[in-house]
Amino acid sequence: MKNKQYTRREFIRNLSLTTLAGLSLPILSSCAKEEVEDLLQKHFHEMTKKEKKQVIANLEKRYLQKYGQRFQISTQEAVPDTLWGYGLELSRCVGCRRCVYACVKENNNSRRDPQLHWIRVLRLKRGNLINLENSEHYYDPKIVPEKGFIYLPVQCQQCQNPPCVKVCPVHATWQEPDGIVVVDYNWCIGCRYCMAACPYKGRVFNWAEPNIPKEEVNPSVHYLGNRPRMKCAVDKCTFCIQRVRSGRYPACVEACPTGTRKFGNLLDPNSEIRYIIDRKRVFRLKEDLNTDPKFYYFFEA
Amino acid sequence: MQKIIYVSSLIFLSGICFISFVIASGQEFPVSPPPLTEGMFPCSNCHASMETNRKKRELKEEHSQIKLHHAETMRWCLDCHETRNRDKLRLYNGELIKFIESYRLCGECHGPQYRDWRAGIHGKRTGHFTGGKRTYLLCAHCHDPHEPKFKPIKPEPPPFPPAVKKHEK
Repeated sequence: MKNKQYTRREFIRNLSLTTLAGLSLPILSSCAKEEVEDLLQKHFHEMTKKEKKQVIANLEKRYLQKYGQRFQISTQEAVPDTLWGYGLELSRCVGCRRCVYACVKENNNSRRDPQLHWIRVLRLKRGNLINLENSEHYYDPKIVPEKGFIYLPVQCQQCQNPPCVKVCPVHATWQEPDGIVVVDYNWCIGCRYCMAACPYKGRVFNWAEPNIPKEEVNPSVHYLGNRPRMKCAVDKCTFCIQRVRSGRYPACVEACPTGTRKFGNLLDPNSEIRYIIDRKRVFRLKEDLNTDPKFYYFFEA
Repeated sequence: MQKIIYVSSLIFLSGICFISFVIASGQEFPVSPPPLTEGMFPCSNCHASMETNRKKRELKEEHSQIKLHHAETMRWCLDCHETRNRDKLRLYNGELIKFIESYRLCGECHGPQYRDWRAGIHGKRTGHFTGGKRTYLLCAHCHDPHEPKFKPIKPEPPPFPPAVKKHEK
């Protein structure tokens, strides 16, 4: 093939055109807001910082009226360079459900009618770990651990490829940059598609107006996490987003009497969760579904 | 240029010295106070004036609640508790340590657990994992050193089963 010979004039013209196109891109994106607003025809507009603050202030006022406590609603964004991961040691869990009730208390879950638990502790026959269908979570012995059984606590596995997010028809649930799958409770229409899509039964539904005793309300909340929900909203474990984004361990980790539960940043090579993944025998639930959970179960190697 | 390299290497070396000092000092873990029985400590209150009886026997007058189930065939009190200074514990090499450092004594036999505990995997930490105070529990907070097997506990109530609807009754 014959090479095309550029003249000096052609070369300069092409070069300057390319440069102009490249330079104009950021200019276009800077006036994109008006274009976007043209497209949306004033049906929607992006919220400004001031408006967001106003929403939070209104919400705090409403919670004060309803629960008689001054709420601190955090809107803290994901900390850069973090991807949260969870570790749970199966050889140590005794199935005492302390985590379940610590979670309920921390996250302002409805106590009864409806009773919402984000953690479900499954009891399985020893040596029958694969057979989740034969698990039991209403077990009620006098003391635990029982002989011949093991306990498998299941909660939201914070999948990196979450099927619940894909099915939401209104984009009310999404994955944050630090890997936590969150729900906008106000945007949720309560269709419960996500609950059907989740292979871990990680989501629960407020069938009625949540029931929280006023004196037990936790007023330190996050907008995407443990703020009191309303009827017809789906909610789920957020790894205690209000705690972990300020560097604190989740409530279930602190409640566990046997030190079964571990937590850390998957991107930090010195974190506890990375130590577990590097040195222990870990597995994830239903890995064959390609959900890529960030919840690692492990054994004493 | 040479000067810069010299200074930076000096800073680097002093940094290493500082870190190794912190590690070697043995007090690198922010542990919570040891779970001593109320009114017992300091042990020397009673033991200072007592004669040492090294014989393995059933304790009848004091410490009668202690049941030794921790390799009891090959161990007795004075293998871990120091004879001359009862307020201290004793390592194999004769070093005396405080009760708050008891993890070092446990670690002498339970190496893998000690390694994992130092990394925060065995046992429990509470508080902040970054940027704040964090507390470690000592081995003895969960395992009674005289009877270390974890005791069974009462579980919290199970969730309510789904309500039976009226027409199903």
